[in-house]
Amino acid sequence: MKTHLHIDWTSCDGRGLCAELLPGVLDRDDWGYPVARGKVGRERTDVPLRDADREAAREAVFLCPRLALSLLDGKAPETGKQVPGQ
Amino acid sequence: MWAFGRVSGFVSLALFTGSVLLGILNRSGRPLMVLPRFSISLLHGNIALLATIFLGLHVGSLLLDSFAKLNPVDIVVPFLGSFQPFWQGLGTVALDLVLAVVVTGLLRHRIGQRSFKAVHWLSYGVWPVAMAHALGNGTDVSSGWFLLLAASSAVAVAAALLWRLSPSFLETSHARQGNLP
Repeated sequence: MKTHLHIDWTSCDGRGLCAELLPGVLDRDDWGYPVARGKVGRERTDVPLRDADREAAREAVFLCPRLALSLLDGKAPETGKQVPGQ
Repeated sequence: MWAFGRVSGFVSLALFTGSVLLGILNRSGRPLMVLPRFSISLLHGNIALLATIFLGLHVGSLLLDSFAKLNPVDIVVPFLGSFQPFWQGLGTVALDLVLAVVVTGLLRHRIGQRSFKAVHWLSYGVWPVAMAHALGNGTDVSSGWFLLLAASSAVAVAAALLWRLSPSFLETSHARQGNLP
């Protein structure tokens, strides 16, 4: 099962540590918030990770100053809810 | 023991000053020259831990010292000391607050962001209390090198605090105030 990096948008403040630790996965928007590269919709909140990025993602979860990140290991992200604007 | 107690207190204060400065810088979301943001975050925490170790050495060595006449109860209850109880009590207050800040900092992922943050704000109170304890209780206050460190630390922390309160503090403040490139 694939690992996903979940971004809790109510906690996120766009400090940019995660984008530094996962430069290939996350970019930052003009306000500093993380944007998953090449992803749209749901995958911007539950970002699929390659195995090689897993360790860096763990660091990002540990260091996020707002505790806004979590790893969904082996669990499928919730698919039932519709994200507004999709 | 007496000399060691003084020097370790001095080192601890200098390290806490560094940790406070890095913490404020970290909050702004800006990297520092070659240091990325996550390094500043790690450095902030590790310097604080190192400062706490020196604080433990400071208190531990003065507990064993015959001149300081420190009682174990002085570690927990402030203002009971035999020598300058008020200034020594400030040191007790700082020690207990530091322990609270460090323990909640280490348990951040367990206790949640809200409680962590509520306690972490105390750091802004700890630093002046620790500095007052050093100035009021220290026996090296008259020496030049001590005054130089105290004055430069105070200026640095005050400047960082003013920067912290300024509207352009956040890295993204420009965009967040509605000015997009």
